[in-house]
Amino acid sequence: MSIGHTLLGLLESGPRHGYDLKRAFDEKFGHDKPLHYGQVYSTMSRLLKNGLVEVDGIEAGDGPERKRYAITEAGITDVGRWLASPEKPEPYLTSTLYTKVVLALLTGRDAGDLLDVQRAEHLRMMRALTERKRKGDLADQLICDHALFHLEADLRWLELTTARLGQLAKAVNA
Amino acid sequence: MNNPRTWTRDLGLGMRFAVTGGREAWVRTALTAIGVGLGVCLLLVTTAIPSALSSRDARGDARNDTRFAEKVMPAADDTLVVSAVDTEYRDKNIRGRLVAPDGPKAPLPPGVSAYPKPGEMVVSPALAELLESDDGKLLADRLPDRQVGTISDTGLIGPGELAYYAGAEKLEPTGYPTERIDHFGPAQPGQDEFDPVIVLLTLLVFVVLLMPVGVFIAAAVRFGGERRDRRLAALRLIGADSRMTRRIAAGESLAGSLLGLVLGTGFFLITRAAAADIEVVDVSVFPADLDPSPALALLVGIAVPASAVAVTLFALRSVVIEPLGVVRTAKQPRRKLWWRLLLPLGGLALLYPMIGQGRDGGRFNEWLVTGGVVLLLVGITALLPWLVEAVVARLGRGSLSWQLAVRRMQLSSGTAARMVNGIAVAVAGAIALQMMFAGVEGDYTNPTGQDTSRAHMEVHVPDSERAEQQARETRSRLQQTRGVTKVSEPLMTASVAERPKDADSNALAHIGSCNALREIAKLPSCKDGDVFVIPRSKDYGDDTEAARLAKPGKRLYVDPMNNRFHGKNPAWELPAKIREVTPRKSPDGYLNTGLLATTGAVPADGLPIRSGAIWVNTDGSDPDVTERVRNAGAAASPLTEVYVYAADEETERFASLRTGLYVGAVAVLALIGASLLVSQLEQLRERRKLLSSLVAFGTRKRTLSLSVLWQTALPVALGLTLATVVGITLGSVLLKMVSRPISPDWTSVGAMTAAGAAVVLVVTALSLPPLIRLMRPDGLRTE
Amino acid sequence: MIPAGSLLVAEGLRKTYGPTTALDDAGFSIHAGETVAVMGPSGSGKSTLLHCLAGIVTPDAGTIHFDGRELSAMSDAERSALRRSEFGFIFQFGQLVPELTCVENVALPLRLTGTKRKDAERRALGWLERLEVDDVAAKRPGEVSGGQGQRVAVARSLVTGPRVVFADEPTGALDSLNGERVMQLLTEAARSANAAVVLVTHEARVAAYSDREIVVRDGRSRDMEHAV
Repeated sequence: MSIGHTLLGLLESGPRHGYDLKRAFDEKFGHDKPLHYGQVYSTMSRLLKNGLVEVDGIEAGDGPERKRYAITEAGITDVGRWLASPEKPEPYLTSTLYTKVVLALLTGRDAGDLLDVQRAEHLRMMRALTERKRKGDLADQLICDHALFHLEADLRWLELTTARLGQLAKAVNA
Repeated sequence: MNNPRTWTRDLGLGMRFAVTGGREAWVRTALTAIGVGLGVCLLLVTTAIPSALSSRDARGDARNDTRFAEKVMPAADDTLVVSAVDTEYRDKNIRGRLVAPDGPKAPLPPGVSAYPKPGEMVVSPALAELLESDDGKLLADRLPDRQVGTISDTGLIGPGELAYYAGAEKLEPTGYPTERIDHFGPAQPGQDEFDPVIVLLTLLVFVVLLMPVGVFIAAAVRFGGERRDRRLAALRLIGADSRMTRRIAAGESLAGSLLGLVLGTGFFLITRAAAADIEVVDVSVFPADLDPSPALALLVGIAVPASAVAVTLFALRSVVIEPLGVVRTAKQPRRKLWWRLLLPLGGLALLYPMIGQGRDGGRFNEWLVTGGVVLLLVGITALLPWLVEAVVARLGRGSLSWQLAVRRMQLSSGTAARMVNGIAVAVAGAIALQMMFAGVEGDYTNPTGQDTSRAHMEVHVPDSERAEQQARETRSRLQQTRGVTKVSEPLMTASVAERPKDADSNALAHIGSCNALREIAKLPSCKDGDVFVIPRSKDYGDDTEAARLAKPGKRLYVDPMNNRFHGKNPAWELPAKIREVTPRKSPDGYLNTGLLATTGAVPADGLPIRSGAIWVNTDGSDPDVTERVRNAGAAASPLTEVYVYAADEETERFASLRTGLYVGAVAVLALIGASLLVSQLEQLRERRKLLSSLVAFGTRKRTLSLSVLWQTALPVALGLTLATVVGITLGSVLLKMVSRPISPDWTSVGAMTAAGAAVVLVVTALSLPPLIRLMRPDGLRTE
Repeated sequence: MIPAGSLLVAEGLRKTYGPTTALDDAGFSIHAGETVAVMGPSGSGKSTLLHCLAGIVTPDAGTIHFDGRELSAMSDAERSALRRSEFGFIFQFGQLVPELTCVENVALPLRLTGTKRKDAERRALGWLERLEVDDVAAKRPGEVSGGQGQRVAVARSLVTGPRVVFADEPTGALDSLNGERVMQLLTEAARSANAAVVLVTHEARVAAYSDREIVVRDGRSRDMEHAV
């Protein structure tokens, strides 16, 4: 995801300090990995340079950074454009897994085993996500579901490939 | 859109579905066709019965040879003497004739191509078969003449009839049973009028038996209805409107019922061909005689398919077929009672005016009777759904199997009621009729008065001058007959008068040993040579002739009526002392009057006495003894008659009606049982998945089997209750109509209820194997 | 290979239906309170495995032990009694008796074990409450939604306090939202009742509610715990 656009979007509801921004981000989107302070400041300075935000004021004090940021007209336009443009669906055409399977077949290793191990790994992840979903709030559930659906898609691919291993082996070794 | 063309199109479409819809559609169509076919067959047989009976009568008339003429016809080239020597063999009547043509031009009886010579006989095919079989050995002893031909169908009233014509050397036509005739055919056209009560009963038997057949046909066109509805839903999805689907459904039933007509005609033809081998109450019918009257057959041919369409449209009236499935208008309004009561009340109203009109020349309006009975019985089919709904809605408590059954019926009480409509109608009708039978039984079952504790049989030596000698011969034959435990001394009877020729004032003289005389009179003392007189008895009143003739020393002449002795009749002078005695009931149940003479009191050379009776006691455990006694009698003279005594006897027509009703009711119940079974199996098949899952979580087979039993038993119990009420009501009204006291015939109520219950048990038993098969876990497999 | 202390253990199961082999040396084990998913492609023998484990179908070869008792040595009546008292069942569809109300459906297994009607229905209502469908208690299955019907089925499978619940594609006929909810309620209820769940499914997201999964392919089972 674009952190720059996300921070910019958070500013639209009103000017904030860098520290506030980080906290808001963590709360809403950063469930797994909180933002690093440095990341925030470097991103803000890039946005500042591009004219998408401006410094709303500097508070006196002894902290390292007391700058308050506000979004500019150009920033608002930019957020709008970002939200409006669809994400490119990822085709996953050259996945690592595929490479591994083909390599296993080429080198005479047990590709079925490889797929089963991967399958177990996927399901373990899915189980963890499901458990989290069970305990979490709506936001947790939605985020976990997104991941679960992706993993499920992978898993279906794993099943399909397992069922077609014989066919694939013939094609690869031809 | 509602024009004939769309009708034809949709009906045609439905008919096509019925035959091209794959295996399932075929099964459904076949079930309907078989059901309708059975009904049609029964209907066709019924329509053919009147013509079959009239053909029988016509042939019976054509071969008639009894005249009961007062004067003997003179012998001529074209006359013959025929003697009726009918006999019985193991409950079967055998028509026997001795024939002696007077000249070469004597007419031949129908079905006979040449007269048998003395010692020869022509026999009916059935009799020939019986004589050849092991079963007929005893009869062959009685009819030892050589068979020289068979009687063809024109000379028989039915294929199973036992009959023969035997040649005789010389027969003396002394009046029935031996007469001289110059042609075969009806003596006089007079036909005996049917008793109105018998007509009423016959009418009712037909109505009562045919009503359930109608109900059955209505049920048959609905076989597999639920699956069909689902198929129709699919049609709605692709754009058929609801009226169209109904017409298509009607078309499917139409196909089934048309096929049923074809099948029914086939069944009928089979039945007809088999008719020759079927014998009901001693009556068999030639296949050729079983010819439905064209008008009635046409009516069947039109009414059956038409009612199939009507029933289907009527049944679908509460079903809404939506594109995505079938909605049986779930929350149906509670059934209303008032219009359902109109039918039976209307029936009672039709019957009411005829109350008390029975007997004594009274006539019933056949239309009113039929209409009233039909309305009453149809009323059952209207009342039963209401009753089932009302009762089932109040049930609930009980075991699990009970709960499952009750809940199912609450959901669709109509199906349950429909299933048993037929049974209820049949049982109600049968109960009413049995009540009627029981009520009028006194009229038709005659207590004979015969005293079976004194004698089991009477061997009657026929009228002839050789009677006394024949009686002695018969007696010695009987004494040598195996199984005979006691043979009475013969009691001979002659008529006597003052003058040799006197047809008007004569009396009977009973002649025999003291022991023989004691069979009919109470004799304080008796020795050979005594003469007594019984001047009066309860049965005959005052025998003035006997009293007048019983004067000491009076000269009496034997056989004053026939003038066979041309005035030179043997005479008998009465002794000086004649004692008056009182009668004793004779073994045949009568109190006789007349002169009684011991053998020593009549001339030593014997009076040419006219007839005699010998009473025989037999070992009841020997089944063949009756036949042996008959053989012994026949060996002495073919004209010997043997009577088997019984405490009472029913008139024959009545007995066959009653048997007909029993047979018919059982056949109808079996038919209905079959339709119950079909719908039960269909229901089970539809619940296959559910049954499997119930078994998965450990439901006992017993629980499910019991719930199937309840599901059948409960509606049947309600149906039988209603049937009993209506049946007793109808029976009471009918008895009132013939002015008889009303008393419910509980035995027949019990019997019919038991028959209904038996149907339930059989249906449940037969649906258990498929149920158990369906309960296997295979039903859970989805792949 | 078979963990000690298992509640239900099967080894070397074989089962053929005519020419088709449904199970070919399959094994299985489950602990008390554990949820195990049985996955695999259609026709792989998942359902047959479940039917064997539940004593609905007798395998041609192999042993099944429940709580130390050998299933194949039991009579049909004994196995039925076991299913009534120790097992619960949920199927994809067609399992609720259409003419009984929902509460009567849930009370059904209790009544099979001889519980009085009133008592059975009181307990059934409690389970309907736990599964948040007490509002449909008096309705017939035909009048409730698919999700509600499945929750009624879950309540029914748990009402007798079974030690093992067999669920064959319990969410197969539901959309994902309803399916998830049913799975959540099922696994939570089973966990709190310490009931083991044998969960046959082909959906990974449903299987993710399990503690562990085995995969059945061509009648052979593979415990994925040991795949890694």
